[in-house]
Amino acid sequence: MDDMELTALLAVDLDAAFETLVRGHTDRCHAIALRLLGRPADAEEVTQDTFLRAYRALADYPPERIRELRLRPWLAAIAVNLARNRRRRLSDRAPALSLAAVPADGDLATYDPPAGPATSPEAVSIGHAERDRWAALLAALPEHYRLPLVLRYVDDQSYAEMSEALGRPEGTLKSQVHRGLGLLRAAWDAAEREEAIA
Amino acid sequence: MTRPTNDRAQADHSRPLTTDPGLVRVEAALRELREPAPAALADRSLVAIGLVDSWEMFSTALGPVGVAWNGRGVTMVDASEDATAFEARHRQLVGRPLVSGARMPDRLRQAIERRLSGDRRASVPLDLRGRAEFERDVWLKTLEIPKGEVRPYGWIAAEIGRPKAVRAVGTALGRNPVPLLVPCHRVVRTDGTIGQYSLGGPDNKRRALEAEGVDVVRLERLSAGGIRFLGSATTHVYCLPTCHRAQRISDRHRVGFHSTAEAAGAGFRACRVCRPVSVAA
Repeated sequence: MDDMELTALLAVDLDAAFETLVRGHTDRCHAIALRLLGRPADAEEVTQDTFLRAYRALADYPPERIRELRLRPWLAAIAVNLARNRRRRLSDRAPALSLAAVPADGDLATYDPPAGPATSPEAVSIGHAERDRWAALLAALPEHYRLPLVLRYVDDQSYAEMSEALGRPEGTLKSQVHRGLGLLRAAWDAAEREEAIA
Repeated sequence: MTRPTNDRAQADHSRPLTTDPGLVRVEAALRELREPAPAALADRSLVAIGLVDSWEMFSTALGPVGVAWNGRGVTMVDASEDATAFEARHRQLVGRPLVSGARMPDRLRQAIERRLSGDRRASVPLDLRGRAEFERDVWLKTLEIPKGEVRPYGWIAAEIGRPKAVRAVGTALGRNPVPLLVPCHRVVRTDGTIGQYSLGGPDNKRRALEAEGVDVVRLERLSAGGIRFLGSATTHVYCLPTCHRAQRISDRHRVGFHSTAEAAGAGFRACRVCRPVSVAA
């Protein structure tokens, strides 16, 4: 069933069709939340909250509005907002030092990348360790780069979908994605150089 | 379910943003950061919304009972012998899908534990969607009966404004999906005998009442003698036998009545706490 058929069913019988929506979109909402928040427990709670909000919203929407919904960007927008709020709350409580390492203007000469998670080569496969390091670098990017990158690559969204989910013009998103990729590569290279010296 | 495909007509992800090999490598690494969610997460979301139930065991004065719940409240309490029996009962009584992977929120667990141990102030949310209004009226009224006291079926009928629906009250109580939480064991037959109980039969009803301090033997002795009400010769107020005000009447001043008419004829007025009524037995 594609999302167009699903919205048609949701408009007719929300309770009967909502399970299909949850099962079909849990992986992607969870992936977005996990890459925005880092901690699995936070990501799971945000995923649950995303569907609870979505359900309550749909229960209030007239059927025509449900039929016109584009579920992918709509759900992504809910997940992103909940993750943002949670991240703000978490950082108010305990500022995560490693998350503030990239200067907003992207001055790469002074960029001090955060240390990746401590891993012993014996315990973790290279693939796993490398993934964790990319995840840590991504988590350290300023939000206006991180969000488009997560939606674009982790969630495989089109720029049209991203534009709808984030409320930013496609052109802006394209340049943020491009800039974000450059920042990540620079951060990766800097970390490699540091390792080579040490 | 296959990957959703609408919105993707002008999918532009096949068109590379960059051919710079360094950036292509970053793109590939980011795609690697997709990760499937934990297997039970979808179930847990559905439980939180209330489209699916989960369940776990609690210990009570009557032994272990299973409690089914979702994000809206408790949906069923049952003393089934095993998981299969519990699931069958849930299917019949509630009808929603049942999973066991969701963890009950601590606040709900504590409230249920307090209520099961007799603390009436602990507020346990109940999810009684899809039940008839009459049934819900009966169950909510039953919630008002204090621990250690009993009321006849006819009392519930009178209190909810359906004085003739005594049998229907009995049926509704027999279908109470949340015994112990809605204390249907505190509702007895109009003649004072204990009557049926949905959670394992009359013996369990007796045990539940005795665990709360009801003197069941004394109650049965009164009813065998036809005594439905007890009055105080000093206050000239008459009560249902287990009303806490009736329990304070001393032996010397206690007067038994067979009917409200008999009490009224003797110059007694009805207690305003237990509000006794006469019902054709």
